[in-house]
Amino acid sequence: MKFSEEFEKRFADMLTHYPTKRSCLVPTLLYAQDEAGYLSDEVIAELAGRLELTELDVRNVISYYSMLTTKPRGQYNVQVCTNIACMLRGGEELLEHCKKKLGIGHKGTTPDGQFSLEEVECIGACSWAPAVQVNYDFHENLTVEKMDKVLAGYQEKK
Amino acid sequence: MADVNITVDGKAVKTPAGTLLIEACKSVGIEVPSFCYYPNLSLQGACRMCLVKVEKMPKLQTACTTVVAEGMIVTTDSDEIRQARKGMVELLLGNHPLDCPVCDAGGECELQDMTFSYGAAESKYIEPKNHREEQQWSPVVFFDRPRCILCYRCVRVCNEGMDVAALGVQNRGVSSIIAPNNEDHLECEECGMCIDICPVGALTSGSYRYKTRPWEMNHVGTVCTHCGDGCKTTLGVRRADTGMEIVRGDNRDKSGINNDFLCIKGRYAFDFANHQDRLTQPLIRKNGQLTPATWEEAFELIGKKFSAIREKDGGQAIGVIGSNHTTNEENYLLQKFARVVLGSNNIDHHRTADFPAFAAALRGRANATASMRDVYNAPAVLLIGNDPTEKHPLLAWQIRSNVRLHRSRLYVVNSQPIKLRRQAAGFQLIPAGAEGAFAAFLAGEDAALASLGGSKDGWTALRDKLKTEENLVIVFGSELREGDITALVKFGSAVPGAKFLALADYANSRGAADMGLYPDLLPGYLPVAEAGKFHQEWGGIPSAPGLSLPEMAESAKAGKLKALYVVGANPIARFGIDPFVFSKSFVVVQDMFLTETAVIADVVLPAANAYEKSGSVTNTSGDLQLVKKAGEVTGTKGDFEMIVRIADAMGFDVRQLVPFGRGTRADMGQTRGAQSGEADRHAVWLEANGLELKMSPFDPMAILDEIQRLVPGYNISRLALLSGNDQQTNFAASGPAVAQKPELIVPAADGLFRSGTLGRYSHTLHSVMENKDRQPSEEVAAD
Amino acid sequence: MADLVSHSDEVKIVSRRFGQGAANLDRYLELDGYKAVQKALSMQPDDIINLVKNSGLRGRGGAGFSTGMKWSFVPKTAPKPKYVLCNGDESEPGTCKDRLIFEHDPHSVIEGVMIAALAVGSQAGYIYIRGEYRYLSNIMQKAIADAYARGFIGKNIFGSGRDLEIYWHGGAGAYEVGEESALMESLEGKRGIPRIRPPFPAVVGLWGGPTVINNAETLASVPHILLGGAEWYAGLGTPKNGGTRLFCLSGNLNKPGVYELPMGYNLKKMIEEVGGGIANGRKLKAVVPGGSSTPVLLPNEIDVAMDFDSVAKAGSMLGSGGVVVLDDTTCMVKFALRTIKFYQHESCGWCIPCREGTDWLKKTLTRFHHGAGQKKDIDNIQYLAENMLGRTFCPLGDAAAMPTIAFVKKFRQEFEDHLDGKPCPYEKNVAEPALA
Ligand SMILES: Cc1cc2nc3c(=O)[nH]c(=O)nc-3n(C[C@H](O)[C@H](O)[C@H](O)COP(=O)(O)O)c2cc1C
Ligand code: SF4
Ligand code: FES
Repeated sequence: MKFSEEFEKRFADMLTHYPTKRSCLVPTLLYAQDEAGYLSDEVIAELAGRLELTELDVRNVISYYSMLTTKPRGQYNVQVCTNIACMLRGGEELLEHCKKKLGIGHKGTTPDGQFSLEEVECIGACSWAPAVQVNYDFHENLTVEKMDKVLAGYQEKK
Repeated sequence: MADVNITVDGKAVKTPAGTLLIEACKSVGIEVPSFCYYPNLSLQGACRMCLVKVEKMPKLQTACTTVVAEGMIVTTDSDEIRQARKGMVELLLGNHPLDCPVCDAGGECELQDMTFSYGAAESKYIEPKNHREEQQWSPVVFFDRPRCILCYRCVRVCNEGMDVAALGVQNRGVSSIIAPNNEDHLECEECGMCIDICPVGALTSGSYRYKTRPWEMNHVGTVCTHCGDGCKTTLGVRRADTGMEIVRGDNRDKSGINNDFLCIKGRYAFDFANHQDRLTQPLIRKNGQLTPATWEEAFELIGKKFSAIREKDGGQAIGVIGSNHTTNEENYLLQKFARVVLGSNNIDHHRTADFPAFAAALRGRANATASMRDVYNAPAVLLIGNDPTEKHPLLAWQIRSNVRLHRSRLYVVNSQPIKLRRQAAGFQLIPAGAEGAFAAFLAGEDAALASLGGSKDGWTALRDKLKTEENLVIVFGSELREGDITALVKFGSAVPGAKFLALADYANSRGAADMGLYPDLLPGYLPVAEAGKFHQEWGGIPSAPGLSLPEMAESAKAGKLKALYVVGANPIARFGIDPFVFSKSFVVVQDMFLTETAVIADVVLPAANAYEKSGSVTNTSGDLQLVKKAGEVTGTKGDFEMIVRIADAMGFDVRQLVPFGRGTRADMGQTRGAQSGEADRHAVWLEANGLELKMSPFDPMAILDEIQRLVPGYNISRLALLSGNDQQTNFAASGPAVAQKPELIVPAADGLFRSGTLGRYSHTLHSVMENKDRQPSEEVAAD
Repeated sequence: MADLVSHSDEVKIVSRRFGQGAANLDRYLELDGYKAVQKALSMQPDDIINLVKNSGLRGRGGAGFSTGMKWSFVPKTAPKPKYVLCNGDESEPGTCKDRLIFEHDPHSVIEGVMIAALAVGSQAGYIYIRGEYRYLSNIMQKAIADAYARGFIGKNIFGSGRDLEIYWHGGAGAYEVGEESALMESLEGKRGIPRIRPPFPAVVGLWGGPTVINNAETLASVPHILLGGAEWYAGLGTPKNGGTRLFCLSGNLNKPGVYELPMGYNLKKMIEEVGGGIANGRKLKAVVPGGSSTPVLLPNEIDVAMDFDSVAKAGSMLGSGGVVVLDDTTCMVKFALRTIKFYQHESCGWCIPCREGTDWLKKTLTRFHHGAGQKKDIDNIQYLAENMLGRTFCPLGDAAAMPTIAFVKKFRQEFEDHLDGKPCPYEKNVAEPALA
């Protein structure tokens, strides 16, 4: 299992931040997922080994956190917030639009593997609703038209 | 800590500080309902069933997490509280499949009971329930998700109690689910603790599921017959065409030394009893073939042959091999039979620990042997050799629980990195075979360090540390023999309150040794030459030591041993003896199966096993317990009866063998329930009324009288024993023993999933091993 | 990233440095950065605690507990190390304020943690930021690294002979982890299951050591209090509700945004003037005053001072400062459903009433909203919520129950309008969102 140098550096650093090894588990899982795309059996075994945990323990933790996934997903994960503030300003319409546009449903992935779609809970953009996060990037004050542009932007990036 | 005064439902309650409210209530008979609370496991506060009103607190409080405080005023029953509990039950039932009519737990389900108590007759929900298919997690563990109420008992017992951590919680919220460690199956010790502790029917046992309803079984509390730890087990039995069939093992009433603990063998491996290969008819070799015969024919033949050989060649021409699985009464009777009826000291058994050396070392020391209970309570434990997790699961549980609940300090010295090191305050790895050197070092022999490896300072520090411990329990495996044990006891005498525990492998190994299944030792480790009171009671017995097991084989080979009587043992397989050695001897075998030894016999008598008889056994720590008859296979007889009948067939006055009081010889025609455990209940009453209680020559209680009277350390409280309690025997008054040949000690090759010959006939153990790809590499026989 | 807004009624204290590049350490120093902690170093711990107590600062995370009081619960001496934990999990729907602090003024959080650490005698602080806020985590990690590079944190800070480590920590998506004891579990690398209390974190917290947990905004307020003084800060707000707070105005407003207003600012005014009134010329229907967990207020209930005590008197809670404004096109059944869906999704699943209760509420409300409701369902919803209230393991159950009860009680007519197969009077042609 190979992670980037940056990952290794951060990991080594984090280990020194806590009195117990497992304490760095949650953020480490997220960084590992960012590099590997998802938390494969291999990643889980690797991290369990490094942190002296059982794989079951690691899986139990993974399954608790909604950002962590053990299944591959698209290069760009489009996360549409439909929680109350966004709902009031058209979050659901945005979600419907994305579904049609991408041709996939909640937690679906486009056949080319470029996009995944997810309806998510409040992402902390209530005052700038409706909002969408694509991977970690926020896109706010959206309309259907603006959303199209956002998607197009990623489409070009490939 | 000082006591605290609280008021519960108007009752004044005095309870030690630090007590949980739920326990304080229980102490005055007020049952606060709970699902997730389980004594001795970590607190959860998850099920919210135990909500009670504590004055001055705005919200209802969980009695399971609230610690009593001085002056606390508590209400455990009110409309508000009943409504809260009812609400919880309603919510649980919302997603529950309500398949009680087919659920294994039906009738003994805590959710059913709770629904009954708090009522949730009306279903408020009309949406579909969350459903999931049931899963098989291992040959013995099934999981039915919809029935699970997420009390986390299983997870805790697996993690905290077993230190296996094979169960976890996956997902969150309403999708939370108990999950096994290996994707869709378990990789674990298969103890089944999770099944037993599950309050509902979410976790069920592969061997019991859908077999019967709890109320259709009789529940018999007896003792597990596998390893030397002697767990109490409650066997569920029901009628079958072949007698009484055992369908379940557990210890839900938490009685006995093991509380609710059982390992895979105690919980499931009773199934050898129902194996299709069980012998149910006596066999006599005719024209070279073992051929079915009647009991009368068999006993007559044996009686004639044994008498003839005794008359012609003397007792030394007959050898007797006893068992580590038969009861104390049977073992005592067998050696008495050999010495008194056959006139022979040629009696032996498969030895798995050096009890004679141990007894000799502890002679004259009162309270020097540790019981299983001591292991759970001692402030410190030293473990030398052995791997209890594999070979003594209860001992391992006691140690783990002691460390977890009482912060006991555990010191482990072993040639392998055994699992218990995880609980150890100190772990020292030594070269294989250096256990004795360690004992010598403890006793002050610093030269022994050379064989230990590691730094001198480290070892000295350990020894010094151990010397500062009080009430240390010193547990050692059969690696330590003879002088090692003497050295260890010498060291221990410098530690105030130290107690010792020697590990032997089979269910009644200790009993076999205590009862004198030795060619040179009488019951209580009295050398045969000093027969003393036995001489007085029994009349003349030979004073020269007899032959040991290998010597009997030698003697047979030389044509001198004319007969061999084997009771519940398999020496041919166990000691790799060439079967042709006995081709000229008349061989009688009492066993359940046609073992390697039975196939060469001239007469094979179908025997009952420990689950099918009454009597007592002594576990490796000297705890004496009663076994009670649970199962029954028609066509078999108990070893006790068979020995008596052979004596009778030899024309011996059985009254001299079994002092059975007012009975007459006519009583030999029947067992009068004496074997069925009936006698025990009568006995309690009889004894309480000062009446004589021996009923028939097959009543093991009659010989227990003699054992109590004659065997040192066995003068325990009979009444306590009869009421199902363990009683500790001890070595303080035992005989001086004589040095044994240490090479005669052969440890059983059993592990968690193996149990000698018994294990070979257990489908469950097989299925688990196959599942784990731990094929039985060598067929191992028990005795 | 997120747009900044402003209004003339604002009193900018926590937001003082917003938009001024203060994430840069030099710029932060120009704007009085790290002065407060140096002042704190010259003070006795008890004096710091008393100062904060007197300032009337109350926790901005939602419960509004007196910050100085919380700090004073930490034992002076303890066998285990003490910790300060900054709660930057910000997940309460309607709340988006800590985000601005992390983006524009990360050093103020570091400084706040430092002062808290000095006050309680701790040598290590953790700043926990929710996983979704990756760009903010990056900013915070850089700020911490910069502060280390200057020797502001680490060994012998400001030559005082004291050591103080500050670390960043990240989440991975879980609302419940914002709850203080679940936060500690998460930081210890476990599932975010809350802990049994007592013992409270101030006595037994992270890795068993006494731990102070405060919201990011609470901690970011502390340096200003040290420099400005307790009286000044207390004077900004109302009695027992010192200072200002960041209000996150969202929903059907003309000018949504995060505004810093004095405690006790009138809610009606906040909506009509600061927030620019209801958008698209619609009428106000209801206000959720403090994040989705707080009971909804009707238009005739909003003439209320936005401080902890006044809002409580009005039957709701000031909560986390998320003011969500609903116009008259909103279907309240649907709004209730969306609220409950959130709690159903975020329940940790530990205790029966929360795990099962939120699920049945969601199921029943979904059916109800689809027009298959029965009259008794309305009572059932309330019955269910009342059965949860006050009986769950942690306050998440209450957070789901309280607003539900308010929705049913205050908008019963609207629930009844959904009965008998009548189409939702507000339905906007959108299929149900799929969130499971
Ligand atoms: C379910 C739940 C979620 C919470 N989420 C947050 C949160 O995201 N951020 C926060 O600061 N406090 C949150 N809290 C409040 C914290 O438990 C805690 O009270 C707070 O961090 C204390 O800081 P304060 O005194 O500065 O407000 C939450 C509480 C509950 C019950
Ligand atoms: S399986 Fe049984 S023991 Fe385990 S959580 Fe479910 S109900 Fe409890
Ligand atoms: S027994 Fe108290 S909450 Fe379960």
